[in-house]
This record gives sequence, C-alpha cells and structure tokens, in this order.
Amino acid sequence: MAGKTVLEVSGLTLDFATRRGTLRALDGVSFSIARGEVLGVVGESGAGKSLTGTAIIGLVERPGRITGGEIRLNGQRIDNLPPKEMRAIRGRKIGMIFQDPLTSLNPVFRIGDQLIETLQEHLPLSKSEARQRAIELLTEVGIPAPEKRIDGYPHEFSGGMRQRVVIALALAAGPDLIVADEPTTALDVSVQAQIITLLKRLCRTRGTSVMLITHDMGVIAETADRVAVMYAGRIVEIGPVAEVIRHPRHPYARGLMGAIPALDTRVKRLTQISGAMPRLDAIPKGCAFQPRCPIAIPRCATDRPELVQAGASRAACWLASSEAEVPA
Amino acid sequence: MSEPILEISNLRRLFDVSKPWLERFIAREPRQLLTAVDEVSFSINKGETFALVGESGSGKSTVAKMVVGLLQPSGGTVRFAGVPEGERPRPGMVQMIFQDPYASLNPRWRVADIIAEPMIVTRARSGARADAASRANRVAELLNLVGLSPRDSDKYPHQFSGGQRQRIAIARALSSEPEFIVCDEPTSALDVSVQAQILNLMRELQERLGLTILFISHNLAVVRHMANRIGVMYLGRLVEVQESDALFLAPKHPYTRLLIDAVPNLSEIGRDRVPVQGEVPSPINPPTGCTFHPRCPIAMPICSRERPVFREDAACHALTPQASAAE
Amino acid sequence: MADVPRNSAEPSRFQRIWESDVMWSFRHSPVAIVSAIVSLVMIFGAILAPLYAPQDPFNPASLNLMDGLTAPGKVNEFTGKTFLLGSDSQGRDMFSAVLYGTQVSLLVGAASVLFSAVIGVFLGLMAGYIGGKTEAVIMRVADVQLSFPAILIALLIFGVARGIIPPSQQEDATLILLILAIGLSNWAQYARTVRGSTLVEKNKEYVQAARVIGRSPLLIMLKHILPNVMGPVTVIATINLALAIIEEATLSFLGVGMPPTQPSLGTLIRVGQQFLFSGEWWILLFPALTLVILALAINLLGDWLRDALNPRLR
Repeated sequence: MAGKTVLEVSGLTLDFATRRGTLRALDGVSFSIARGEVLGVVGESGAGKSLTGTAIIGLVERPGRITGGEIRLNGQRIDNLPPKEMRAIRGRKIGMIFQDPLTSLNPVFRIGDQLIETLQEHLPLSKSEARQRAIELLTEVGIPAPEKRIDGYPHEFSGGMRQRVVIALALAAGPDLIVADEPTTALDVSVQAQIITLLKRLCRTRGTSVMLITHDMGVIAETADRVAVMYAGRIVEIGPVAEVIRHPRHPYARGLMGAIPALDTRVKRLTQISGAMPRLDAIPKGCAFQPRCPIAIPRCATDRPELVQAGASRAACWLASSEAEVPA
Repeated sequence: MSEPILEISNLRRLFDVSKPWLERFIAREPRQLLTAVDEVSFSINKGETFALVGESGSGKSTVAKMVVGLLQPSGGTVRFAGVPEGERPRPGMVQMIFQDPYASLNPRWRVADIIAEPMIVTRARSGARADAASRANRVAELLNLVGLSPRDSDKYPHQFSGGQRQRIAIARALSSEPEFIVCDEPTSALDVSVQAQILNLMRELQERLGLTILFISHNLAVVRHMANRIGVMYLGRLVEVQESDALFLAPKHPYTRLLIDAVPNLSEIGRDRVPVQGEVPSPINPPTGCTFHPRCPIAMPICSRERPVFREDAACHALTPQASAAE
Repeated sequence: MADVPRNSAEPSRFQRIWESDVMWSFRHSPVAIVSAIVSLVMIFGAILAPLYAPQDPFNPASLNLMDGLTAPGKVNEFTGKTFLLGSDSQGRDMFSAVLYGTQVSLLVGAASVLFSAVIGVFLGLMAGYIGGKTEAVIMRVADVQLSFPAILIALLIFGVARGIIPPSQQEDATLILLILAIGLSNWAQYARTVRGSTLVEKNKEYVQAARVIGRSPLLIMLKHILPNVMGPVTVIATINLALAIIEEATLSFLGVGMPPTQPSLGTLIRVGQQFLFSGEWWILLFPALTLVILALAINLLGDWLRDALNPRLR
C-alpha cells in the first residue's frame, strides 16, 4: 500500500461565483492516493465530496472554478491543463464511474461500439483487436455470453449489468486511477454487493487506485483502505479505514458513526448530531462544525483548526491531539 | 399489545402495463398485467412497528398504498379493527409519511396551512369544526412536538432543510390524531445524521402517543432499528415474517439470509465475500414456482414447479419436511 | 433540536420579492425593462385616456366635420384647430382615437385572455387529474382546434353567434361576442400546458398526502395543483395577450369586429387604409404603429418571463 503516489491533491479550493457573492464549495482540500490504494470519501450531501471528484477529472462546470491549490497525477500537474489535453487524460489515465449507469452509456449505440471507440481512442488497436479486447473486458466484469451481449444496447441490460459495462468502460484504457462517484447508490443491496466485490477484485489485480465517493459508510468499510470524511467543503478527518470507524477523532466523524444504525446490535437511541450542515452561504467562522459540536471550546468559534496527527489518523479539531479519546 | 389493529389477507394488486389499445390491436398482442402484490397476508398489533423490507419491485410500497387507500386492492382485504369489512376507517385515522420531503409539502402553502389541513378536513367531517385560534394553538403544539419552533408556521417549505421538512410532514400526519401511520421510506432521502434525528423522533413519538406504525424500507439496518416485527418481500410475495431479533439472528428464508449478508457492515472492515449472483427478475414475467428459485443457493427441483406455502414464518420448500424428505 | 442556524433578521416582503430570482433576471434584462415600461405606459395611457384626451372620439356630438383630414401638427384652415396626430375624415382627433382604440383593443384582449385561461386551465386540470375518457375527449377536441388557425375559429364562432342574435342588438353585443370568440379560439393551448404540468404534480407526494386524508378531487385540483401550475399559465397568458390583440385587430380589419362608431385599433386601421392612396397617411400610420409597438412590447415581456421562469432553457 505504501507505494508510489498516484494522485496528489493539495490545497484544492473551488469557488462558485453567484449573484449573491462567491461561495466557497471546497476549502483547502488536501490528500493523496497511493498506487493500488482505495481511498473512500464520505460526507453528507453538500459536503463537497462529488465536487472533489469532478475537480480531479477536470469537469467542473461554470460558475464553479478552481481558485487555489493543485492536482497532480503521477507528479504531472493536471488542474490547469487545456481542455484538449485533459480529455486525453480522462479515460486514458483516469477512469470514471457514476451513480446512474444510464447517463454514462449512450442509449443509441451498442455497448460494444462504445467500448471499441474508447479503446481505439486511447490505445493503438485495430478494429478487430479492439473488439477482441472489448469481449475480454466484458468477460472480466462478469457479463455472461459477452460475444453475444457485446452487440446489445444499454436498455437491454439490467441495472447491475449496465454498471458492469460502465466499469469495463472505465477500465478499458488501463487507467492509473478510477474516480467512482456513488457507484452503487442506484442499485439494490444484493446487486450492490456484487458490484463492490467486482470493483475491489479488478483494482486489486490491476493495481489501479480508486477514489470511492459515497455517502454509505458501510460500503467504505468493506472496500476502502483509507477514508476521508468531508464536512462543509473541508476534510475533517482522514486515516486508515479501521481507525476512523473504530476510533473516530473528529466529533463530526464520531457523531456520524453513531448515527448509522447497525445490523448486529439494536440501540434504544441513535447518536444524533443536532442541526444540519450549514449552507455554503452560511458557513460559520472558525471550525465549520462548531455550532453543532457537543464539545466545542471558545477557540473553535474564532480559529479554524487544520488537520493534525491524532493516533493513526489526522483530524481537523482543536481537541483531537490533546485528548486521545474524548468521551462520546 | 396483542390485539391486531390491521389485518391483511390474501392481498393482491395487478397493474395494467399494456401498450395503448391501438398498438396492441395492430400487433395483435394481449393485455399485459403485472402482479405487483400477490397473496400477501399479515396482521399488525396495536402499538407495534411492523416493517416491510425488500428490493425494488418487491411490492412493498404498493402494499403501503393499499393500506392507506391510495390504491384499491385487486383481491383480498385490508381490514382495520372495529371497521366493518369492505369499509375504510374514519378519515385521518390512518396517515402516511412519504419518502421525499421535497415533494411531500405543497411549495405554495405556508407551514401552518400544511399542518392544519388534515385537521380541517377530518374535523369538518365529524361535525366539530375548530375555530382559527384553537387551530393555530394546535399547529404550534405540533411544531413543538416535532422539534420545530411555532414561529416557523408562517414560513414556506423551501425555507427549511430536508430534515426539517420531514418534521413538518410528521406534524401534518399527527394533526388528524391518527392511530396508524404508514411510513414509506421516510428517511431514504435524508443524510445519515439527519436520518438519525428523524428515526429517534419517530420512536419517541410512537411511545408517547401509542401509535402503530407500518414502516416500509429497503434499508435493513434502519428496519432493524425501528421494527418489532419484520416482513420480507420478494417480487410481490411475502417470503418471511418474524420478530425482528429472531429474523436477524436466524433468518429462515434463503432470500432473507442473502439480504442480510449483502448489507455492508461497519463492523466488518475489509471483508471479502462471495455475493449471490443474479438480480431481481422483472415482475412482468416472474419465474415459475418459488419466484426466488433461480437465485436460490439451496433450490430443489420442486422449487421451480410449485409455489411454496407460507407456514411457520416463511414460504420456502426447504422448510417443509415432506418436500425435503421427498427430494 | 434547532436545525440550520437561521438568519436573525428576516427580510421584508418587498426585499424578498426584489431579491427573488425572477426580479433579479428582470433587473438584468434591458429588453424586459424597456418592454415593461412601454407596455405600462401604453396600458395606463389608454386606461386614463378620458382624463386627458382632447376629445371623446366615441361621442358623435364632439366631432366637427369641418375639422376633417387635418395633417399632424398642421393648423386646420377652416376651424384653426391643430391636431397632434392629425384628424380623420369625420374630424376625429387621431390622438384621441388611438388612445380610445387602444383601450378597446386592450379590453378585448385582456378579457378574452382571461376567458380562455379560465376555460383552458380548468379543462387542463380535469384532463390531467381525472385522466381516462375525460382526458381523451378534452384533449382530442383541443387537438382538432389547434390544427385550425385561431382566427378561422374565431370567425366561425363570431359568424354563428351573429346569426343567432337579432340584428337590432348586434352592435351592442359585438364587444362581448368578440371576447367570447377570441377566448374560445385560444383555450386549447392552456389546456395542453396545464394538463402536462398537472400530470407531473398529481404524482407528487403532497397530492397523495391530501388524498390520504380524503380531500375531494375538485379541492385537490383547485387548492393544491392549481397554484403549482400557474407559472406556465402566466407565460402563455402574456404572450396570448399580444396575440389576442392582433387577432381582434384582424377581425376588426376584416370588418367583422368593432364597428367604426366604437373603433378599436383594428377598426381604425381598416378605416385608415382607405385614405392611404389619397395622401392622408396619418390615419393609417398611427393606429398601425401603436398596434405593432403594443404587441411587440407585450410579446417581448412574455418571452422574457418564459426564460425567467424556466431556468433550464437558459
């Protein structure tokens, strides 16, 4: 796991210019993903997790704009590339998987044609070689009878099979990194389990790194090596997945873990974080979580905490390093 | 605790999914019917939370709609205690909380009007029309009850977050003084931390007001947290009904087992597993016999021929002694 | 259990409207501002005409044949009067005639738009909410009607109605007849749009919530769905106002609309075109110009409103 760094994001800041002023949607987001590593990114809606993924694949749409920091893929800076060069990197170096497989597949083309087109765009293959390669890919993602199904249209596939095709597309050019944004959210639980297992297996055998964006902590627990918890556009805690789940250091992460109902134990009351995440136009000064925080100290309202080492993880909390275990 | 408040027997619902008649006439196709709910029977006791779980196409939401009267059953009965057969209970006695708090509140209405509507409609029918002042008092009381401020009553829904809106929807459901509440995926549109608030609130209110709840969800963990008893549905049929603890400890139907295994769990970090293959088939052409047999790890020949009978908590051939002896 | 931290100072109602998205887009659209100003000036100018118009052109007693055919701004050689926009053959002051004519045109336009909107919205709500045979009948009638030009249908309705009404009352009834004919020729568009929006709204959960407590279909349609489908209706009504004014002018121009004793802009144009080749251009030009500017301004306003209410099109 401690291999070469594939993705390095440092100080990423993203603003939305609206008529009511500039909204800071991402504020100094920094993390890195090593080769073959699965980094889970969790957070509630509006925390900025999807936006981080969008920024990495260079698809931030106006009025959003990256206003600070940099993104490096294998050491090469990619956040300021012209659109044409970025297009070449997307697909070739970075694969993408989105929540709804129907939006990633063009409904009027056979899935084989879409695979072959992607393959030929990024790799020097002849048409028949590309077709052969496409069939191999479909076999690899577990599509039964790929020689036949390769000529099918997306609507002839079930939801789970479609998401498999999307994974095949994302892996087609042998990318170093896959950005998967809520890849299993639209699927039923039993199919979700299949897709997670598939994604894990493929990335492990190929050594592909994955940035797995999801709101489902359970999916992260099963899939990720490390996890970053986001809140109001910032990373509040990042660390090995077992550490963050079992010993969350940031009070938000701790609240989040307690709020998830578990299958094996039944509690009378779930831990509840009062309130809701602030809207982008009303992010409090200091620590953004401070108004909802059960252990806030006066300093939290004025100074913003940076990520500091706390056990095996790093957390952005003034109390994270002073007390190893804050009573919940 | 043991008298049933709702009894459902042999409930069926068909949907006409045929093409328009002209197209059908030209192509000489017959009408096409989809069986969304098939022979579902269960009862719910006063004061308990009964949950229906299942994946998409299981028919759980269709059952919910028939219980509240939004859909008419194609067969079978929905019967509330003390209500003559074939009749609906008094308006407002059964209420519903919906999935999407952004769609369940009329965007053009003020919160006070939204919450007061069931009060006005149902009181008007029983003859005792409340005056505006006592209505405003009751709205304030309900807002307090669900953890909002009475000052919020003049605002419009768009001024609230998703969780707050769901609180308003709960206040609206309570305003007609219901005995029975159907919750259709009430937290699946909410974030985890907000979901915890709403689930806690609902359990609190249930204890305080002695409500009976039919809870519909696809999320097993949420169901486990909320329900006393759980019914598992697959392709329109009820495959298992058990007390919540028993169901999670010792699931009887192989589908229930699959479902529980499939849920990613926080306590099993980095677990590798062999997931069950296949997906839920289309309800238009369901498999013969036991609809689960194509995906079932313990399927026997009889499973594809005969439909299993629901006995002792579950509907599975493997649980019937004669069948397992014969094969 | 307080949720989001709320702003302490609640903005006033006016502030909220001023800051709303629609107002913001209005303030940033020069076309919308100009066309709104032009429309308002013309509408109020016409309504307030009796207060400042030099003459009541509808009152035959105030006309002097000797004033006839005076060019704009010129002094009449017999009576010594001047007319800002000239006068017609009857000695009618064109400025007053245009003001009163605009009044009639606006009245017919607004009333017929209101009439067709009420019919169309109600039928659209019924078609969308009830569905089945009701929907099939209403929408097929609408389809048939939309396949003919509105003016043809208005002519037909107008002609039939005239055949029924005794000739002695025809002149008085013309205004009402025009409104009904134009109104009836335009309801289908509202019905179509409202049916579409109703189909979307009726599946939303707030409608189901009202059904669960036993609200009647009529009250659900009027109290729940109607307020939520009014956006597109406003847009169609605005654009249709311009169309209805033109439709009325067309009918009057063809001689089946307002009589010359109570002229609308269309009637004035019909009368004016007879003088075009004898050199009295102003009798035609000013009513025609007014009609064009009025219709254009209202139409542009409608276009802007459509864009403002439907951000996806931008």
